[in-house]
Amino acid sequence: MDTVVEQKKKTTRSRKSSKPTYSKEMYLNWYEMMFRIRKFEERALLMYGQQKVRGFCHVYIGQEAVAAGIEAAITPEDAIVTAYRQHGTAIGRGLSTNACMAELFGKVTGAVKGKGGSMHFFSADHRYFGGNGIVGAQIPIGTGIGFAEKYKGTDKLCVTMFGDGAARQGALYESFNMAMNWKLPVLYICENNGYAMGTSVERTSNVTDLYKVGHAFDMPSEAIDGMSPESVYEGVKKAVEHIRSGKGPYFLEIRTYRYKGHSVSDPARYRTKEEVQEYKDRDPVKMTESKILKDKIATAEEIAAIKDMIKKEIDAAVKFAEESPYPDPADLFEDNYTQADYPFIVD
Amino acid sequence: MSREIALRDALNEAMTEEMRRDELVFLMGEEVAEYNGAYKVSKGMLDEFGAKRVIDTPIAELGFAGIGVGAAMNGLRPIVEFMTWNFAILAFDQIVNNAAKTLSQSAGNFKCPIVFRGPSGAAGQLAQQHSQTFESWMANVPGLKVISCIDPADAKGLLKSAIRDDDPICMMESEMLYGYKGLVPEGEYLTPIGVAAVRREGTDVTIVSFNKMMLTALEAADELAKEGISAEVIDLRTIRPLDHETLVKSVKKTNRLVVVDESWPFAGVSAEIAYEIQKYAFDYLDAPVTRVNAADTSLPYAPTLVEAYMPNPAKVIKAVKEVMYLNA
Repeated sequence: MDTVVEQKKKTTRSRKSSKPTYSKEMYLNWYEMMFRIRKFEERALLMYGQQKVRGFCHVYIGQEAVAAGIEAAITPEDAIVTAYRQHGTAIGRGLSTNACMAELFGKVTGAVKGKGGSMHFFSADHRYFGGNGIVGAQIPIGTGIGFAEKYKGTDKLCVTMFGDGAARQGALYESFNMAMNWKLPVLYICENNGYAMGTSVERTSNVTDLYKVGHAFDMPSEAIDGMSPESVYEGVKKAVEHIRSGKGPYFLEIRTYRYKGHSVSDPARYRTKEEVQEYKDRDPVKMTESKILKDKIATAEEIAAIKDMIKKEIDAAVKFAEESPYPDPADLFEDNYTQADYPFIVD
Repeated sequence: MSREIALRDALNEAMTEEMRRDELVFLMGEEVAEYNGAYKVSKGMLDEFGAKRVIDTPIAELGFAGIGVGAAMNGLRPIVEFMTWNFAILAFDQIVNNAAKTLSQSAGNFKCPIVFRGPSGAAGQLAQQHSQTFESWMANVPGLKVISCIDPADAKGLLKSAIRDDDPICMMESEMLYGYKGLVPEGEYLTPIGVAAVRREGTDVTIVSFNKMMLTALEAADELAKEGISAEVIDLRTIRPLDHETLVKSVKKTNRLVVVDESWPFAGVSAEIAYEIQKYAFDYLDAPVTRVNAADTSLPYAPTLVEAYMPNPAKVIKAVKEVMYLNA
């Protein structure tokens, strides 16, 4: 097994200012993706306040670098499955902000025709296996998606994402065991944002370095910083190389933070303002912007143009969602069975 | 041409034929490969198909059921064997929250062509945790189809249909009847899902049942015939979707219905049938629909208590006489 890289609990705050390691295109892609997710989420919250979006709504603000870093290190043919804090992951996959916003509005033009809402976007075209609402249940599913790739003899893998809360579900232990036993092409990613709803990792876990869970299965496992796309990209790239070489699964604990509560109804009184500020000081969108400018990777005008484009895109997505129709009531019976003439009970 | 074979061999033929036909079909579960199946349903399959397609799992029902769901979403056609449906309770999250809902929550982006199969129902003195009946649990869930059949020929044809079906299917078999023999046709055939079978024609009363209670129903019908009572006996074969047309047609002829169902009575299969019949054949009924269920208790170990718990021919005969107003 690979050497496990031990990391300090708190990843270091200062990053060396050096020449950029990656291309201008890479940085601008990261910036654009993270800014798009940030603005989408801010607008989603606003729309929730106006009761245009209903149900549960968990936003990704603060975690954008995770989506950006992962996407740069995998291919569109690789699969991703994740939990319910998933708008950012889906947008990272390339689902349009129109389809995502319309889904939040429950409109028929949404990613899943208004049938899933905030927690359940899916797209076969984007190899995006959802948006899953039961904590940890997507871990065996992602393992099975990887199983199918190995069965079919491809070199594709499945990125299987979950939160720190899910890391203590039995489904994880069962999946890790079988994935290692069968050497399945699965990259397990725990987005550790510190809190399972209102309960901190420290309060529910004797071992708070969650990546160490992988050690029980001899799975190569490490913790990486989730507040910078570079760090996420590097960690994922290394893991992906390992998996594609046929050595089986890999586990990354990506240490990140959500600025908002668990869902829109959560004021997050279980943590201090100082703690939130500490992470906001390392905000991935701002830090990437300042690096781009400081290292002269791109000009202020280019950054302004991206911002302007995204703001217009999100405005247009809201307009698209507003103007789209709700599903027809008759659509209720669609997509429950593939069988076209399934005899539903309709007393 | 037909030959007489046991239920386990009929199920084995169904899986073997479908795996020869389609490379995407595979079997996974506890003891299915090297042990040849806890009840020998998969005997010889490892030898024919190899460890890639006949896969022993650890004892991790939730995990391997979920791996099956993910594999089905990603293009394979898994058969997931549970040693019994009692153990599948650990996997209900994957069956109910994921397999059943994949098509709906993804709005058709992903389907989930998977078969979950294993024995359901009591199997002797196995006590509380190993004796439950799951048809009504699973049949409550939109998105699933539920098959429950012990007739070897039909079970084979239904399992083949299930493996080819693009919807997730729960197949309920019987530990006690894996050795039960019946005439099974040679060669290729499919039995349609969602269609009941009239096993015995009659005119005085309809008895409807499924799975191993079919033998109880048929035995009762034999006894009743000796008393000059002609019972029509229907095997549901599929629980969801329920073929109420066949039931209604029969009740319109016999005007009386007894449901024999090993499920617990509350909100069980018998309750649904009683509703359907009062709704669609109310004017044809000469007596209230009556049911013979397992007792509304957990199933204990002692033989006297098992006897008291289970439906049996005497209880069915008593129920038939009630609906015929023949009891003294």
